[in-house]
Amino acid sequence: MDFAFTKEQLMFKQEVIRFAEKEIVPRVREHDLKEEFDFESFRKLGEFGILGLHFPEDLGGSGADVITTVLASEALGEAGVDGGLTLSLGAHTFLCADTIYRHGTDEQRKKYVPKLASGEWIGCMGLTEPNAGSDVASLKARAEKKGDAYVLNGNKMFITNGPIADVAVVYAKTNPELKHAGISAFIIEKGTPGFSAGPNLIKMGVRTSQTSELIMNDCVIPAQNLLGEEGEGFNMSMQTVEWDRSALLAPFVGAAQYMLKRCATYANEREQFGRPIGKFQAVKHKLANIRIFVEAARTLVYRTAWCKDQGRALNHLEAAVAKLFLGDWSLVPTNDGVVLHGGYGYCHEYDMERIFRDGRLGPIGGGTSDIQKMIISKLM
Amino acid sequence: MKIIVLMKQVPDTETKIQVKPGETAISTDGVTFVINPYDEFAIEEALRIKEAKGGDVTLITLGWDKAAEALRTGLAMGADKAVHLNDPAFLTNDAHSIALALSKTLKKLQYDLILCGKQAIDYDNHQIGVRVAEMLGIPHVAVVTKLVLEDGKAVAHREIEGGTEVVETPLPAIITCQKGLNEPRYASLKGIMQAKKKPLEAKKVADVDASPGEVGQAGAKTVVLTLTMPPDRAAGKVVEGEPEDAARQVVKLLREEAKVI
Repeated sequence: MDFAFTKEQLMFKQEVIRFAEKEIVPRVREHDLKEEFDFESFRKLGEFGILGLHFPEDLGGSGADVITTVLASEALGEAGVDGGLTLSLGAHTFLCADTIYRHGTDEQRKKYVPKLASGEWIGCMGLTEPNAGSDVASLKARAEKKGDAYVLNGNKMFITNGPIADVAVVYAKTNPELKHAGISAFIIEKGTPGFSAGPNLIKMGVRTSQTSELIMNDCVIPAQNLLGEEGEGFNMSMQTVEWDRSALLAPFVGAAQYMLKRCATYANEREQFGRPIGKFQAVKHKLANIRIFVEAARTLVYRTAWCKDQGRALNHLEAAVAKLFLGDWSLVPTNDGVVLHGGYGYCHEYDMERIFRDGRLGPIGGGTSDIQKMIISKLM
Repeated sequence: MKIIVLMKQVPDTETKIQVKPGETAISTDGVTFVINPYDEFAIEEALRIKEAKGGDVTLITLGWDKAAEALRTGLAMGADKAVHLNDPAFLTNDAHSIALALSKTLKKLQYDLILCGKQAIDYDNHQIGVRVAEMLGIPHVAVVTKLVLEDGKAVAHREIEGGTEVVETPLPAIITCQKGLNEPRYASLKGIMQAKKKPLEAKKVADVDASPGEVGQAGAKTVVLTLTMPPDRAAGKVVEGEPEDAARQVVKLLREEAKVI
């Protein structure tokens, strides 16, 4: 087994951290407080090339492998970038742009991928509905073909980047008789008549990402906006899972590493009873808890990424374990990070409470922990 | 246009500097190293000139094995090739020895313009660019915040006390760079991958026609006797009371205790 990264991968990770610490992190707290998306930072991410790392160069990417892409995502969290911005990036790059890149025609790729990779356009993906969450195949959105067009009706819920997206990949049923096999994917551009987004939903964490309902009310789109073939939608949405379980989760590993660094510094500097609190066993154990979580979570995420780089078919079991571990098992260590800082940890200025809040999305978004356990138990 | 950038690897600005008792150099334990921030301005300026007028950019550094990482980063930003004066016999913190080694290296190279930072942020000598210019017998302009190149000459804006001085110099010349000159770029993934294949040449003392006695610590004109951390600042004094009394008390303290008025 080879756990080593190349010199170039490590150098790039360091450069991402340097970039993020200087250009993005100083803006995080203010945007988190105001629950505002940071357009300026997103533009900078695009300029630096992080929004399209794994796309080929002729589509505005850098031709990166999955591990490098994951390292860059992790580096953002490690630098102190909030989970909201990295979630927006994930939904944009991996759920929207990558689906178009993977399943789109040449024409669709050329039209959308470069603009998404540069950050000129923001993308989102609509799968979940108000009444179709874990049971995604029960989705009700309908797409009816009429001549050279599709007419879409239905609502999508909890859509990351929904209120700010210029382009959406939306799943709807072309054949409502069928469950999974009746789902197809479509590209809808902002401003299409009958297509609108609801107001930003106020969330517990990942607050700088904007989340809303998408509403399709007799929304007419050209037939060429179908992605792939009719009925392929469900499989497309499942293919995003590898990215979901690696590059989209990686920032949360990075954030835990950032928390660990901050906790270690604090434990050395904060004195009580005449010595740094890091000298007390109770504090040492909290630091160890966070470290154990970071090490284990990182290995699971890297392994998922490595499998994808090797071109192996996705191991759903490992991906589900990674997803569940990050979601459920981050609860105690991220709480430790808050408690270790005492009253300061509970205050916004110290970032700890934000990382705790951001992490609570883990057991819910992109397949709940209960669903992951269902997958894991089924595959045993 | 052939542009050469003299650069140095220094401890990260965020590093907590430590000096071990009895040592005459800072401790490198657990220290991360970066390109000297003022040299980054020099690299960025060189790249912008190259992008506007064509040519190539060569980086030169003098330092231990690890300094090659800083050169790679500079190559990843877009420089074309790098020269590493990598020989224990080169190593010193003495400005004269380093400038001599660099000027001997430069004598064997072609250049139209040499750029470097106005100072390195580790030992803050502020001397390399100026000394190298003297040794090569070419003009220099120091602490430059704006640089315009015209046919065979450069117009440089430099910071002076309370104002800006505009200096014209024929080329080749050495320009030492100050903050404000530009915003250095980050190395992209593409740049990092390309840097892997760019030439990075290591040179020993003999390769630059220097004798071991004249460079490095052997050729040093200065010797560091001791190196100590600045003393901890003593706690301040808070003067309380009505403004008039307090002011009187402050004046008294400044005169009798601090003895500054």
